[in-house]
Amino acid sequence: MLSQILYALPFLAKGFAITLWVSLLVVVLSLIAGVLLGVGLVYGPAPLRWAVRIFSDTIRGIPILVLMFFVYYGLPAAGLHLQSFWAAVLALTLFKTAQVVEYVRGAVASIPKGQSEAAMAIGLTFRQRLTSVIFPQAFRRFLPPWINGVTDAVKGSALVSLLGITDLMQAINQVIGRTYEAMPLYILGALIYFSVNYALSYASRRLERRFAFIRD
Amino acid sequence: MATSSTPALLDIAEVSKSFGQVAVLRSVSLQVAKGEVVTIIGPSGSGKTTLLRCVNFLESYDGGSIRIDGKEVGYRDAGTRQRRSERDLAAMRAETGMVFQSFNLFPHLTAAGNIMLGLTKVRGKSSAEARAIAEHWLGRVGLAHKADSLPAELSGGQQQRVGIARAVAMEPKILLLDEITSALDPELVGEVLAVVRSLAEDGMTMVMVTHEMAFARDASTRIVFMADGGVSAVGPPKEVLAAETTNERLRTFLARFRASHF
Ligand SMILES: Nc1ncnc2c1ncn2[C@@H]1O[C@H](COP(=O)(O)OP(=O)(O)OP(=O)(O)O)[C@@H](O)[C@H]1O
Ligand SMILES: [Mg+2]
Repeated sequence: MLSQILYALPFLAKGFAITLWVSLLVVVLSLIAGVLLGVGLVYGPAPLRWAVRIFSDTIRGIPILVLMFFVYYGLPAAGLHLQSFWAAVLALTLFKTAQVVEYVRGAVASIPKGQSEAAMAIGLTFRQRLTSVIFPQAFRRFLPPWINGVTDAVKGSALVSLLGITDLMQAINQVIGRTYEAMPLYILGALIYFSVNYALSYASRRLERRFAFIRD
Repeated sequence: MATSSTPALLDIAEVSKSFGQVAVLRSVSLQVAKGEVVTIIGPSGSGKTTLLRCVNFLESYDGGSIRIDGKEVGYRDAGTRQRRSERDLAAMRAETGMVFQSFNLFPHLTAAGNIMLGLTKVRGKSSAEARAIAEHWLGRVGLAHKADSLPAELSGGQQQRVGIARAVAMEPKILLLDEITSALDPELVGEVLAVVRSLAEDGMTMVMVTHEMAFARDASTRIVFMADGGVSAVGPPKEVLAAETTNERLRTFLARFRASHF
């Protein structure tokens, strides 16, 4: 049994690499899109605010699995053909972006009004108030939920296996199909996902402390 | 006092302002000459804070005009009420300092950093120059040793002194102070008022709202009593705070005030 699993390790490692690659793409792309849209939601002109609000509410109201199938099977009908890998990344990114938008909105909204007023009172322009006063503070509020969301993204990436992509989850299923050693492999898989997320949580606690308003 | 021969540094003329249906300022007029310390007193909701906020255009106003050094605040001109550009507004606000009841220090910046922000971003100083100015003002408010402390590491009184230093380091033409000791424990009020007093002695023009009557009496050149969104009485402290005033509202206010504070 052990030898069979050892034999499958390189295959599992490849799956793990895909999992990390999908997660990384989703996390980075959704961070960029989510921050831009989130700032648009708070400070943008009315039409942009409505558009982002509708986008975010819609996406967050759809199960992520439905979103993925919609992108993979539905978009070709609209003339957009994506490889399963990119369809999965796009769906997960849309989903994550909607969350990041809300983190950004929440973080900015949590900064007391007195902060921008104090910044106004010393003569900072709108842009300076954002970059020097609001964003540095909002960043600290944004960090904890966002990092939580990163671990969700790693876990959620397992869904791409449903589009036939050989990520860690899919690799495990395939090895089980060949070896019939379900429990050991699922435990191994759980350990790997857990390790990644544990490392992320640890890093996040370090980050949060690094940016606290009080020094240790 | 402002007379026709010495044009007022701050000229508030018939300013009115409503929040929705509620008239908060009703044709308020007040002139403040350079070097004056004017204290505004009055019951809660009489419009004191709103008036101060209009002076640096944290709040817009609906009618009348506010001028600092002859320049219309907030609007390109009082007639058309066309709002100034964002850049213009920022430049104008840099000429008035404001100290807040809740301090509103930037929590992510040190005491020195709080003071340096406006100096570097608005006044265009190098960070070395800004640091030197920040240290000078921190020294003036007795906090030379706290330059690198974060606001969360300071007491309320120390935070408010940084707040004052942040405002005056910009060398504003006029300093606005809104109940700056109201959020402080009683034993910390004195250290903050001492700083205000020393600024007054240096000739800083100030308009302040306070409930510290003894301080207002000693430190002010004039006291303004506001009621119902209007100026109900104005004059030298001794006149306005006289117990035998004929102004009915003022007498009630003072009586109630004495009953609750002494
Ligand atoms: N942003 C706002 N929106 C609506 N109403 C407001 C707003 N700010 C103030 N008001 C109202 O305007 C009136 C004057 O308020 P203001 O804060 O100027 O009074 P104040 O004299 O400073 O009172 P206090 O002594 O309690 O600080 C009050 O009735 C208040 O409820
Ligand atoms: Mg007030």
